[in-house]
Amino acid sequence: MTIEARYGVPTVAMHTDKFVKVVRSVAEVNGMPGLRQVFVPQPVMGKTAHELRAYVDGADQVTGRPVMREVLDGLTRPFTDAELKLVEYDRSTPRLLPADTEDSLHRLFLDNMWTDGLPIVLPTEERVAAMLAATRRKPDEVVGRMRPTHFREAWEYTVEKVAVNAVMAGARPEYFPVILAIAASGATARGSTTSSAAAMVVVNGPVRHGIGMNAGIGAMGPYNHANATIGRAYGLLSQNLQGGSVPGLTYMGSQGNNYAYNNVTFAENEERSPWEPFHVQHGFAPTDSAVSVFTGCRSTAYTLGVREKHWREHVRNLLRGMDPHIPPTLILDPIAARQFIDRGGFTKKEALIDWIHDNARMPAGEYWDYQLIQNYIYPRATFGEEPWAGKLRAAPDELIPMYERDDIHVVVVGGETNPYWRIMGCTYQKTISVDEWR
Amino acid sequence: MASDKITVLDPRGFPPVVTRKELAPRLDTLDGKTVYLVDCRFDDSDVFLKQVQAWFAEHLPAVRTVFKPISSVYLKDDPTTWEEIRARGHAAIVGVGH
Repeated sequence: MTIEARYGVPTVAMHTDKFVKVVRSVAEVNGMPGLRQVFVPQPVMGKTAHELRAYVDGADQVTGRPVMREVLDGLTRPFTDAELKLVEYDRSTPRLLPADTEDSLHRLFLDNMWTDGLPIVLPTEERVAAMLAATRRKPDEVVGRMRPTHFREAWEYTVEKVAVNAVMAGARPEYFPVILAIAASGATARGSTTSSAAAMVVVNGPVRHGIGMNAGIGAMGPYNHANATIGRAYGLLSQNLQGGSVPGLTYMGSQGNNYAYNNVTFAENEERSPWEPFHVQHGFAPTDSAVSVFTGCRSTAYTLGVREKHWREHVRNLLRGMDPHIPPTLILDPIAARQFIDRGGFTKKEALIDWIHDNARMPAGEYWDYQLIQNYIYPRATFGEEPWAGKLRAAPDELIPMYERDDIHVVVVGGETNPYWRIMGCTYQKTISVDEWR
Repeated sequence: MASDKITVLDPRGFPPVVTRKELAPRLDTLDGKTVYLVDCRFDDSDVFLKQVQAWFAEHLPAVRTVFKPISSVYLKDDPTTWEEIRARGHAAIVGVGH
């Protein structure tokens, strides 16, 4: 799109056929509905040159005409007057929906994919007003902008729009400042990525107790109203405020992700953690309340305890089981956290993070062969970006770090029924003050 | 009463205005022209575009093709490459998007 519109070069974009709806939609919302596009079969990845030549010699998966005929026409067939006409079109969403019965409205929300498939609380004016009363912020104040993917336009949303989605999720008004802080991150919990990512939210500070969040037994499960509905609200506000999360159109996750139902939302167990709270590590005072947002949650590894004899090998094994493109966040029961101190002497989180960075290694040849490393890291390395360019100089059998040190994190949560702990592959985005949204 | 009508708020955010962008004029012919095959460096797109290049060599030898990987990942703008294509090329085929 950039080459065509900004540089004036006639262009044809070639895609695989699973992406027909999404790429046409992206072209339209970028003001280029007439963009010439050609569709070959999915997948391209992993196919031999011979197999891909068959794609080139074969038929466009949409029109049925020869692929290269479509390509040549796309570069040489003049646009019609209608295609060249410069048009602006305004898009908007109303504040209120037409009045209807509760049953019909529930059906409308479900049919429009404004829900997560589970029953919602209908956002009446009274319920939304009660939610809005929990913040001093004005209903029409802009909270942020969000989009499902890099290629789509960002949609804007106000305090009232966030409140609507908080009501739908079943959240209580006292949770609203936490939900507003999450919304202010601008990080979507409904990314369109084919990799089926979810988000994770860690809540710190006095607000955890103020709204009755769970940091103990079952904190990451469906056993606490605040944890459950704040995380659900994050998902609903993401899909509705960013302009949708519709499979095949604005959501392309091949397998989907159950974490997306409430986006792994919990409070850190600061009282039982041997280390400073996560938000304090990121510049807040212990008396501040804050939410930390992570994205890209897909992979999880777990084990029980930190064993005396082979704990180093066990941890390395877990790390080697993760995809090296997405860094690890250690989610430790308080007992496991103290065991890491007993075994490794990690009296600070930072010392444990240093150890993880130093020990999460794999041969360079294996590292560079990972598909996601090829897609997202290798091009940057060849462009000279450090530290990846340096890794590219390593011999194939040289052990190189899988992750950047600053991308590794540690959070403590759990009820000390046993020292279970896990590694979540995810990317830390930011920590936002809750107090500023009260 | 379930049959009573109620009013609720629309849960969607506010989309931006879309301004249609002008598309580049098409070429009369590709003969004697240079077509850039722009590799977005994603999921073996290089292997695919080299087959497109082979097709041109066999079927339209009067068209000069240049295989050009983008400088970094597809998420980053690449003005150096786009400028090169504008200066030295007449058309572009970008692939493979998925």
